[in-house]
Amino acid sequence: MKGIINALDINASVRDEKQQNPFWILVRKEIAGHIRSWRFVILLVLVVLTFWGATAVAMNNIKDTVAKVKDLETLFLYLKILTTTEGTLPPFHVFLNFLGPLLGISLGFDAINSEQQNGTLTRIMAQPIYRDNLLLSKFVSSLLLVGTLLLSLSLLMIGGGMLITGVMIEIEELIRILCFIVLCTVYVGFWLGLSILLSIVFKQASTSALTAIGVWLFFTVFYQIVVNMVVTMLTSGSGELSQLQVMHLNEMILNFLRLAPSQLYADATTTLLMPSVRSLGPVTMEQMAGAIPSPLSIRDSLMIVWPQLTGLIAATLLCFAFSYYLFMRREIRT
Amino acid sequence: MDKQVIALKGLTKKYGTFTAVNELDLTINKGEIFGLLGPNGAGKTTTILMMMGLTEPSAGTAHVCGVNSTKNPLAVKKVVGYMPDNVGFYDNMTALENLMYIGELNGIPRSEVQKDAKAVMEMVGLPEEAIHKKTAAYSRGMKQRLGLAEVLIKKPQVVILDEPTLGIDPSGVKEFLSLILRLSREKGLTVLLSSHHLHQVQQVCDRVGIFVNGELLIEGDIASLSSRLFTGKSFEVNVTFKNPIDLPWKHETELLQFPSIREISVEAHDAWISGSEDVTPDIVRFLVEKGYPIMGVQKKEYGLEDIYQKYFENTIKENIDQ
Repeated sequence: MKGIINALDINASVRDEKQQNPFWILVRKEIAGHIRSWRFVILLVLVVLTFWGATAVAMNNIKDTVAKVKDLETLFLYLKILTTTEGTLPPFHVFLNFLGPLLGISLGFDAINSEQQNGTLTRIMAQPIYRDNLLLSKFVSSLLLVGTLLLSLSLLMIGGGMLITGVMIEIEELIRILCFIVLCTVYVGFWLGLSILLSIVFKQASTSALTAIGVWLFFTVFYQIVVNMVVTMLTSGSGELSQLQVMHLNEMILNFLRLAPSQLYADATTTLLMPSVRSLGPVTMEQMAGAIPSPLSIRDSLMIVWPQLTGLIAATLLCFAFSYYLFMRREIRT
Repeated sequence: MDKQVIALKGLTKKYGTFTAVNELDLTINKGEIFGLLGPNGAGKTTTILMMMGLTEPSAGTAHVCGVNSTKNPLAVKKVVGYMPDNVGFYDNMTALENLMYIGELNGIPRSEVQKDAKAVMEMVGLPEEAIHKKTAAYSRGMKQRLGLAEVLIKKPQVVILDEPTLGIDPSGVKEFLSLILRLSREKGLTVLLSSHHLHQVQQVCDRVGIFVNGELLIEGDIASLSSRLFTGKSFEVNVTFKNPIDLPWKHETELLQFPSIREISVEAHDAWISGSEDVTPDIVRFLVEKGYPIMGVQKKEYGLEDIYQKYFENTIKENIDQ
């Protein structure tokens, strides 16, 4: 009885002092740990260099690009800075298509197993915090870092662009760029969720890193080949294809490709950053007839992107839910 | 009732068909230092994890300070300080940062946590210059002390130490154990420590329990344990001779004629004679008369080591039943 009363007393005194939620203490420690680590410094240098390179190339060619635009209403200078290339370097959002997984994987591949290997997991779990808080803090802290990194880079780009060109940014552009950042963060979040899941499944950090990189390589390199092969195999016997069948086939390939997160990301970023993109699939002449060749409004672009975004979020949640399920009943002893 | 800080009832843990802990009943009272002894893999750590609510028992209950550890682990973790067997720290942080982090997780406000952390570090005898060192540079003994500091910063009522003396040098062990003893007496802490180093545990524990293959074979204080166990052999004498004895020993049968002597074993220079009564003078007189050059006579006392050995080697439960 005395024990219960004592425990209640302690609870009460804790509440009195308005102490911080343990979750945010965990997040703070995780962020501090990341920022001080060499790993993050290297990633930071990598991301900043690519961003700088891509933007510098775009800046050099911006004059030509702007000259081509007839209607000043549809200039979208800042979106052009993000997407213009001369062919030597891909634009930043394409870079992020493979830098994003790298970011996510390297921030998460040793989240749980390194703690277990070092014997810190048991110690942390013996403190009065919920088990899922630890998992969530790993995820949230890395996402916060990535989000902040991308946001500050984009803001730097906008500020630099204003200084150099003297053109004010439009609200629509700003919203599109912010949506782009959210999308990138979600994309990195998917890979982060996957690598945290693998860090729970595998006891060795190197195994989980290799597996995550394997999954990434599969999706970026082999998945397209496999899908194309399977689809051609299925249709090779049927001889000549009518136009409708070809359309149907194309649609099918695209839908299969969209199971890969990188494809979802590529679709979504292109739509967001290039307002002139009207559709992500093939469009028939009938559909094109009567369409006014003008950029889409932000609302329409978002409508097109929406399935891609929810797909990415769903995949992330799936990874996270599965890691939660595994971690909650896991034996934590080393 | 309120004196019982730890109460385990029928605690069982099964991994598949393997039973790690079997029907464990144990109570530990307030202010007591209890030693859980057993070989590796006996189920000590599993028992401790169940007490902390870090592992779910297959059957039975564990209550710590009156709180059910399985159903309400958070309340238990607030009052129990636990030091795992291979204690590890975040190597990229200094000792003070590690300690402050744990302090904050236990609800100590940020404004006070640094002061508290420094106070406990002094308490466990970590020198001032070690405070700002990265824990990667810490020696095993220092890590152990830091682990104890971390246990104390949350101001616990119960302290559970899993193999606290593992990997420290002998003088360090002695110092560490006396530190635990002093802290326990000063603060009225209840301490549970698990170990397989017996004579170390012997120095500090009020009560010990011997734990083999998931079962608590015997518990009690050391004096009562030895008297219960070694009733059959109330004395044992070791006689050392100058020259090795030729086997078979021709005087063995004559010695066994003594009414109280039951068993004799001989090996090179030594002879161990055990029996129900202390007849050391008679044995010595007999041997001197036969012209043996005796180098030394030693009477054996039973310590924890022997108690343990008895179980460790045989792991036969019949011994208790007798």
